[in-house]
Amino acid sequence: MDNLHLDQHISRQFNADLEQLRTGLLEMGGMVEAQLADAIQAIETADGALAEKVLKVEDEVDRREIFLDAEATTILARRQPAASDLRLVLMVIKAIRDLERMGDEASKIARMALLLNDEGEAPRGYVELRHLATKVAKLVNAALDAFARFDVYSAVKVVRDDREIDVEYQSAIRELITYMMEDPRAISRVMNIMWALRALERIGDHARNIAEHIIYLVHGMDVRHISLSEVEKNIEAQK
Amino acid sequence: MSMQDTQASETVGSVFVDDAKFSVRSLSVRYGEDLAISNVSIDIAKTDVIAMIGASGCGKSTFLRSLNRMNDTIENCKVRGSIKLDNVDIYADKRDAVPLRARVGMVFQKPNPFPKSIYDNVAYGPKIHGLARKTADMDEIVETSLRRTGLWKEVKDRLTQPGTSLSGGQQQRLCIARTIAVSPEVILMDEPCSALDPIATATIEELIAELNSKYTIAIVTHSMQQAARVSNRTAYFHMGNLIEVNETEKVFTNPEHDLTESYITGRLG
Ligand SMILES: Nc1ncnc2c1ncn2[C@@H]1O[C@H](COP(=O)(O)OP(=O)(O)OP(=O)(O)O)[C@@H](O)[C@H]1O
Ligand SMILES: [Mg+2]
Repeated sequence: MDNLHLDQHISRQFNADLEQLRTGLLEMGGMVEAQLADAIQAIETADGALAEKVLKVEDEVDRREIFLDAEATTILARRQPAASDLRLVLMVIKAIRDLERMGDEASKIARMALLLNDEGEAPRGYVELRHLATKVAKLVNAALDAFARFDVYSAVKVVRDDREIDVEYQSAIRELITYMMEDPRAISRVMNIMWALRALERIGDHARNIAEHIIYLVHGMDVRHISLSEVEKNIEAQK
Repeated sequence: MSMQDTQASETVGSVFVDDAKFSVRSLSVRYGEDLAISNVSIDIAKTDVIAMIGASGCGKSTFLRSLNRMNDTIENCKVRGSIKLDNVDIYADKRDAVPLRARVGMVFQKPNPFPKSIYDNVAYGPKIHGLARKTADMDEIVETSLRRTGLWKEVKDRLTQPGTSLSGGQQQRLCIARTIAVSPEVILMDEPCSALDPIATATIEELIAELNSKYTIAIVTHSMQQAARVSNRTAYFHMGNLIEVNETEKVFTNPEHDLTESYITGRLG
C-alpha cells in the first residue's frame, strides 16, 4: 500500500514523523467529511441544532490545521527532507489549507441552513442541492481515499469528476435564476440555496486541488495547467 | 569489495551538455585489481558547479582526482577511457601533469596550508609556474587572490605570519586563494567544508557561488543540503557507477533513479 516507502528511512523517528503527518491529514479529512455531511443534512431538513454543531466543529478543524502546519514545519526544519519526502510534506501543507477551506464552506452551508430555518424553506432548489451534495461528498471521499493509498489514477479521476460538477453547478444556477425571475417573492430564500450550491462547488474545487497535490506527490508533476490526457500519458510514461 | 562482475549500469538524466569543459568517456579506474570507477561517461559544462554525491567508498574522490591526474601519484592506480579538457585528452601522452594541475586546481578536505607565511602560501604556485616577474606583480596576484576569497581584510596586516596560524575556515579560504592564484580554469573541491563550522561553511559556499562566474567547479560533498545549495548539477555515484546526473533541483525534488531517491532521502537502498 505504501508505494512511497515512508517506513524505510534509516531514521525510525523520521518514519514515525512522516506517518504521523499522513494519518493527521486523514483524520482532519474525516472531520471535514463529517462536517460536510452534517451541513448538507442541516440545510435539507432545516435543522438549526445540527447547523450549530457544524459551526462548532469549524474551530476544531482550524486547530487541526494549525497543529499539522507546525508538525510539517518542524519536519522541514529538522529533517530537511528531499525528493518524495519533501513532496509529501509540501503536499500536506497545501492539502490542510484546502481542507480548512472546505470546512469554511461547510460552515457557510450551515449558516444558510440557519437562515432558511428563520425565513422558511425555499420553494425550489432542493433537488439540485441534493444532487450536487451527493456528488461533492463522493468527490471529497475519493480525494481522501486517493491520498490514503497514494493512488494517482483515482486522483486523476477526481480531477475529471470535478469538471462535471462545475458543469452541473452552472446549469443548476441557470435554472434557479430563471425560476427567481418568474417568482420574485422567492428570491431571498432561493438565494440561500444558491449560496449553498456555490459552497458545494467550491468544496469540489478544493477536493480537486488535493487530487492535484497527490499527483505531484506521487509523480513530481505539476498538473495544474496541463490537460488530463497529457497527465495520464506522463503517468504511463513514468511507470 | 570487488566490482569486476558488475555490469556498468546506464546513467540516467542529462549526462551530456553543449558547452563541455570536461568530456569524460568510458572512464574506469582500478586500484590494482579493484575497480573503483566503472565505465563512467559524463560532461562537465564550463558554467557548472557540479556536485558529486554518494556513499563513502563509491568513488567520488577517485573520479575527482582523475580529472587533474592526481591519480598518477598513486602507485598501482590504472586509468582507462578518455578525459578531454577543452577537447584535448589529458591522458593522451604521459606528459608532465604540472601544467594540467595549474589549469585544474584542487582544494582538499582538510585545509593544508604549507608551513610558510600567508603570503608565500599564495605566492608559491605563481612562483613555480613563473607567472610573476616582478615583486609588484606578485604582490598584486597575492592581494587579488586573497580579496577574491574574502580573506584580504582579515590578513592584510599579518601576511608574514604562518598560514597555520589562521582559523580552520580561514585556512581553507587560504587554500582556495592559493588555488586561484595560478588562474586555473577549473577548481576541484573534495569535501572542502567537512572540517568547518556552519559560518565558515556558509562563507565558503558564498565564495563558490562567486567563483563560479570565472571558474568551472566540481565539488564532492557528504552534505545533501550543501549539494542542493551550491550546485546547478548533481551527479550521484553508487559503488563505482554513475547512476544519475541531473539538474540539482530535479535531483532533490524528483530524482529519476530509485537508487538516487533512496540515497538522498536516507532510506536503505
Ligand atoms: N589509494 C588507494 N589505494 C587502493 N584503493 C583505494 C585507494 N583510494 C581509494 N581506494 C578504494 O577505491 C574505492 C573508492 O574510493 P574513493 O576514495 O574514491 O571513495 P569516496 O567516494 O571518495 O569515499 P569517501 O566519501 O569516504 O571519501 C574504495 O573502495 C576505496 O577503498
Ligand atoms: Mg572521498
